[in-house]
Amino acid sequence: MLCKDLVIIGGGPAGLAAALEAAEQGVKDVMIVERDSGLGGILQQCIHNGFGLHVFKEELTGPEYAQKFIDKLENTGVEVLLDTMVIEITPDKRIFAVNSRIGVLEIQSKAVILAMGCRERTRGALNIPGFRPAGIFTAGTAQRYVNIEGYMPGKEIVILGSGDIGLIMARRFTLEGAKVKCVLEIMPYSNGLTRNVVQCLEDYGIPLRLSHTVIDIHGKKRVEGVTVAKVDENLKPILSTAEFIPCDTLLLSVGLIPENELTKMTGADFDASTQGPMVNQRMETSCEGIFACGNVLHVHDLVDFVTMEARLAARGAAQYLKEKDGSCRGTKVIAGEGLRYVLPHAVCVEKMLDEKLNFFMRSTRPMNKAKLVIESENGIVKTKMLSYLKPSEMINIELKKSEIEKAEGHLKFILQEEGVLQ
Amino acid sequence: MYDVVVIGGGVTGCMIARELSRYDIRVILLEKEEDVACGTSKANSAVIHAGFDAKPGTWKAKMNVRGNALFPGICAELDVPYKNNGSLVVAVDEGEIKVLDKLMNQGKENGVPGLKIIGHDELMKMEPNLNPAAKAALYASTAGIVCPYEFTVALAENAAQNDVEFRFNSPVMEIMVQNDGFIIKTPHGAVKARFVINAAGLFSDEISKMAGAEEYTITPRKGEYLIFDKNFGHLVKRVIFPTPSEKSKGILVCPTVDGNVFIGPNSNDIKDKTDVGVTREGIEEIIEGGKKLVPHLPLSGVITSFAGLRAVSNTNDFIIEASRKVKGFVNVGGIQSPGLTSAPAIAETVIEILKEEGMDLIEKPGFVPTRPRKYRFREMDNAMRQKLIEENPAFGHVICRCETVTEAEIVDAIKRPLGAKSLDGVKRRTRAGMGRCQGGFCSSRVLSILARELKLDPRQITKCGPGSEILKGGYKEFIAEGDENKFLNAQDVESLSWKGGEASVM
Repeated sequence: MLCKDLVIIGGGPAGLAAALEAAEQGVKDVMIVERDSGLGGILQQCIHNGFGLHVFKEELTGPEYAQKFIDKLENTGVEVLLDTMVIEITPDKRIFAVNSRIGVLEIQSKAVILAMGCRERTRGALNIPGFRPAGIFTAGTAQRYVNIEGYMPGKEIVILGSGDIGLIMARRFTLEGAKVKCVLEIMPYSNGLTRNVVQCLEDYGIPLRLSHTVIDIHGKKRVEGVTVAKVDENLKPILSTAEFIPCDTLLLSVGLIPENELTKMTGADFDASTQGPMVNQRMETSCEGIFACGNVLHVHDLVDFVTMEARLAARGAAQYLKEKDGSCRGTKVIAGEGLRYVLPHAVCVEKMLDEKLNFFMRSTRPMNKAKLVIESENGIVKTKMLSYLKPSEMINIELKKSEIEKAEGHLKFILQEEGVLQ
Repeated sequence: MYDVVVIGGGVTGCMIARELSRYDIRVILLEKEEDVACGTSKANSAVIHAGFDAKPGTWKAKMNVRGNALFPGICAELDVPYKNNGSLVVAVDEGEIKVLDKLMNQGKENGVPGLKIIGHDELMKMEPNLNPAAKAALYASTAGIVCPYEFTVALAENAAQNDVEFRFNSPVMEIMVQNDGFIIKTPHGAVKARFVINAAGLFSDEISKMAGAEEYTITPRKGEYLIFDKNFGHLVKRVIFPTPSEKSKGILVCPTVDGNVFIGPNSNDIKDKTDVGVTREGIEEIIEGGKKLVPHLPLSGVITSFAGLRAVSNTNDFIIEASRKVKGFVNVGGIQSPGLTSAPAIAETVIEILKEEGMDLIEKPGFVPTRPRKYRFREMDNAMRQKLIEENPAFGHVICRCETVTEAEIVDAIKRPLGAKSLDGVKRRTRAGMGRCQGGFCSSRVLSILARELKLDPRQITKCGPGSEILKGGYKEFIAEGDENKFLNAQDVESLSWKGGEASVM
């Protein structure tokens, strides 16, 4: 059995940043366990640019962003196990993993950072009727085929869902000579970043059809087309608007789900909204010494924030290893009206790593203008006016330690839309 | 000249082929698809029924009870997971309780052991997630569950090992009746045989007609299903039926032998024998039906939906008989539920029929009743895993992370007798791609392994046979000459419109 101070599960952007930060914090025995044959996670196939503006103040592609971390990792003494799949983790931080070289590894770690990322929602999760032919791909799978394997999974494409990967792939397919017929979005607003709608669809004349969905998939062997329809305000298809669109491929970009199968084995508490574990101010789950960051915790839209979150988790793990203190919860954080969730879920003021703490949250619906109110049992802690809010774009608010200290009982975040009747 | 040709590679055809492989005769099986278990056998409720549903004296009743008794032994022999978890028919009102009594008596008449009526309290203890309105249930201790395609594949592998020939992508186009047998034409040449076993499932009526044998009709009756993530595998322990109607056993809530739970099927007669599309109305119908048994269904945990077609004959019973019109032609048609359970008994019956029809069946000494060892990494303990990885490092390479399927298992699925040729073939043999991400992560990796092992270009790899190729072309293949600069302007616009402040997503 191996013994480690810190094992990081996953070598994507979260795991890489956590490993580097842990090394910088002086944590000695750090190991990354990665199931792929290389580091970088999903960034390896994200060959478009736009990464790193917050963290590096420059515009990088996904592989370039990852490489910055991989290069730095070399001199840190962080051990990297590639092609190694963790199959079990116990609440007392014993990890079982398999690879071809060693077989089954058993690792006892003092602290663990979970950084397994997320997976894509599938057709099955949406219950789209129709046949089950070849030619239905999630956007990320299609991205892998094109950018890593060098093959085109489709030529005439309809994209369901306006998640960012779908938008990126609409442009990618177009540049590769395929025809993207349209992007359908069941909601009345796009689920991707505004800049991706502009740069990936509008610049290429690809129609974005809001309040539309796929109601049937045709073709027994290979997709031959889809029937699409407009939906009403309850998101139910209006059958009189049904329209057949011939295509050979249906791409799905309908959401990401944190990959928490291992987390569940630890018995950590979960947030039903994020589908990830509940964490405190240092990204520690309710299971002492087990931390989480990146998309395994909640799905991010910007990799830069993953990096920042991972650094926080690593500093939290360093603090835990040094002080041997448990998973303190302190003040409870509540997502109130207008918000889907707020992270972290609890703050232990005396264990705060900095004089300030960032809170991340998502609105329940688009709002042109809204007032964010943060209140506790003894009154309002802070208010802030926000504009152009979309569920797809994360809200980031900083609170000072002194502000949090004053709060009694809980911190409740509420988003009040301005200019409409409450 | 073959002694027997079996038409159809579903569970019935493969079971018959496997039983025939015990004898010193030449047998060939023709299948129109690229693999076995591509029709009704891959999309059904996977239940090994106890045998109380069918009316006494029918083929269904006889074959069901006998098949149920034979099933565990065959599964053990062929290393196919089988779980004897029992079934419950749930009654929610007095009228339905009466039906339970009727079913129990019918079951006793059919010779079903282990039947008893259970009251509300005991029932809720057995299945805590059941609708509290449930008043009583008929418990059948002999019911069980199996994976129907794994079972069919195992039968086919074993038959192939014992020298049954299999010809795929070979729909029967014409049957010529001759003095000494039959000539059966397929796109891949003709086959000559003394006896024909028609196990063509939904198409058995057409095959019978082609040979000039007895006419009957097969109506496809669609059943739709939703299957839940393994995280909800604890929802029910036993096969849960509602009280049945005339037309079907109703919408079940049922565990699978692999640890999932499904709801379904509904029951709708349709016209097209290839229409396995799932419908919006169907999904709503099965959710409503499922909720009657288990009110709190974890609908957010649905991983996929599918539909299967029952082959319903106009007699509403199995048709298992030698043709009186065409000597040497045996019909095995209308094998709807409980067809899977009945398969072993049907095969026994077919052997008897062949003997009566004058076939000499002499057991061959070299018959091997088991198939090559099957590895299931996800079910092993770590010591076993270690041992296997030391023997073959590919066992240490996990390809399907949802179902923990290793490269070694996928390679084995391809190299076994009648090995997988497509993504679906690998899926049915290993479960790679059957988990919660539905192949999102592993399908491109499985495709690469298939291409490597079969020495094919990745573009030739299919989902389920010719016409279902996964990839449409190679990199840059769709860019017409002169098109390279088509988007130069768009890209210029993009760089100009960049305002900064936001980084991009994955």
